[in-house]
Amino acid sequence: MSALAKPAPAAAPRRRRRGTESVRSWALRDRIGLGLCWAAGIALCAICAAILIFMAVKGLQYLRLELLVTHPLPDLDQSKSGGFLDPLIGTFMLTVIGIAIALPVAVGIAVWLHEYGRPSWLARTVESGIEVVAGTPSIVLAIFGLIIFQQHVFGFLSFTAQGDAVFGRSFLTAGAMMALLALPLVVGATREALAAIPAHVREASYALGKTKAATIRRVLLPGARKGIATGATLGMGRIAGDTAIVVILLGASLQMQHGDGPPGYRVLSGTGSTLTTYVFNNSPAGEGASPEKAYAAAFVLLLIVVLLNFAVGALGGRERRVSWGR
Amino acid sequence: MGSLIEPPQRADGERADVASPLEPPPPVRRIAVDATPRRVSSPPAGASAEPVRRRQPTTGVRERMRLEHLTIRYGEKVAVDDVSLPVRQGEVLALIGPSGCGKTTLLRSLNRLTELTPTASRDGVISLDAQDVEALEVTDLRRRVSMVFQQPNPFPMSIFDNVAYGLREQGTKRPGRAVLAPQVEEALRRAGLFDEVADDLAHPALRLSGGQQQRLCIARALAVRPEVLLLDEPCSALDPRSTQTIEELIVRLREDVAVVIVTHNLQQAFRIADHVAFMYLGELVEYGPADQVFGAPRAKRTREYVAGAFG
Repeated sequence: MSALAKPAPAAAPRRRRRGTESVRSWALRDRIGLGLCWAAGIALCAICAAILIFMAVKGLQYLRLELLVTHPLPDLDQSKSGGFLDPLIGTFMLTVIGIAIALPVAVGIAVWLHEYGRPSWLARTVESGIEVVAGTPSIVLAIFGLIIFQQHVFGFLSFTAQGDAVFGRSFLTAGAMMALLALPLVVGATREALAAIPAHVREASYALGKTKAATIRRVLLPGARKGIATGATLGMGRIAGDTAIVVILLGASLQMQHGDGPPGYRVLSGTGSTLTTYVFNNSPAGEGASPEKAYAAAFVLLLIVVLLNFAVGALGGRERRVSWGR
Repeated sequence: MGSLIEPPQRADGERADVASPLEPPPPVRRIAVDATPRRVSSPPAGASAEPVRRRQPTTGVRERMRLEHLTIRYGEKVAVDDVSLPVRQGEVLALIGPSGCGKTTLLRSLNRLTELTPTASRDGVISLDAQDVEALEVTDLRRRVSMVFQQPNPFPMSIFDNVAYGLREQGTKRPGRAVLAPQVEEALRRAGLFDEVADDLAHPALRLSGGQQQRLCIARALAVRPEVLLLDEPCSALDPRSTQTIEELIVRLREDVAVVIVTHNLQQAFRIADHVAFMYLGELVEYGPADQVFGAPRAKRTREYVAGAFG
């Protein structure tokens, strides 16, 4: 260091530029391309900000605390039609039921695909199956669900009307179809997390005399926990935002209606609605004419989904901090 | 940590060039939990340019494992070709040779980890205490012949649970902490890590520094009281100070565990090995006491390799 300590006076303080290459040396075509990329990114930010600001302004304008805690009432006079407590509870219930069904199945699928995956033709079939489910529009899943759950075998999931007709619509049937929406997201995130665990970590467990089952249970699943949580959160956002399944399989009834069965189970086998259908029914596009309440409910829904997405970001951020070498 | 990374705040242009504030600091790979940051010190007193032998002769050397005409193929490719070797307790056996010459495959075959590769096939006999390893239950074999890997790979759990992992039944958390605590402490002490982590046993193991992680992996392997310890380049991802600690540890361990180490580092083999096996393209070219292999190699290939003619 000491040999360098005396800089020549001519060498005035220089600042090193981070980029060594300047856009000026680029071809015109590339400069236009770069400009378009910038514009696209900024436009997306602007649209996103516009949605948030517009919904926040409209929503906060009409959002009252009593809307969140009062039951909706069927009344043409909008001052007497109550709030959206039931759709709010419905959103939470349906999300929890859907993810509770999806999570174990999806983690099981991901573990089998990544850790076993034999025979390979079966693994390929399972993979395409997941892709088909992921690509199916939710309205198709809903119609399919209705056909299935109106069979007599599934009568206990909803309620049976006089004349032995199974209604087929309930939180349980809708939750089961919602699970299919969340499933591909959880499978994908779990597989990614398992793939991020290097092979030598598995071998280290085998080298201590552990079986494959023990390794999966005690090393791989804990190691993939954050990925699984990320997938689950994404899946919950997907469920909270879906409308078609609610309209067709949850009944989209204004208030929660109890079904058959023992107390407690009645709620699950009953019908209800979520914020998505509440927004639809109250917006001018639907049958209702109460856009104020639609805005307020839409704002609450947006808030829930955005918070879930932030939760994903926070989980992902922590995940990157500690990991193994390759 | 921060004060070490931040560039000195001086108007002096020359210094700014050396560590410009515009440049992002180099990425820090691991979060060090251990005490005061150490400065890179000059070599220990009395060190010369010659590598120092760490080992003192041990007594009671006896043979634990034996390889006879071992051949391992991956598909058509022969990775290990007709190798016969003894593995003795009380000694460090170093496998040296260029990359891709079958050292790691040979090491992994000793506790049947090669079986995890679907295409691998094996001829010849590996015996542990005169018993064919094929005849042993593979989980029992791997408890007796444990392994430490090139990259430190603690499991995503606490330091305590990492060491206790091998002691517990398959996939359960029983027996509890109180029962296992003495064994965990003993394993950590044998790996020379206990004093550094004694207060942090509940902390996640992945927060340790690289050298600590590797010693934790050694402690984890020692906790199951193995008879043979396999080490696959355990120091290649570590800094010189951690390497020195682990080398001293290996030499101490060989008193009651047979140690087999794969290394690319000839100086390391010279420092710690009692016997050296030189492998080239899957064949065992030379096996003998370290002094003989390094001082008076019999084969021309060995002579060239230890002299640095190829690698």
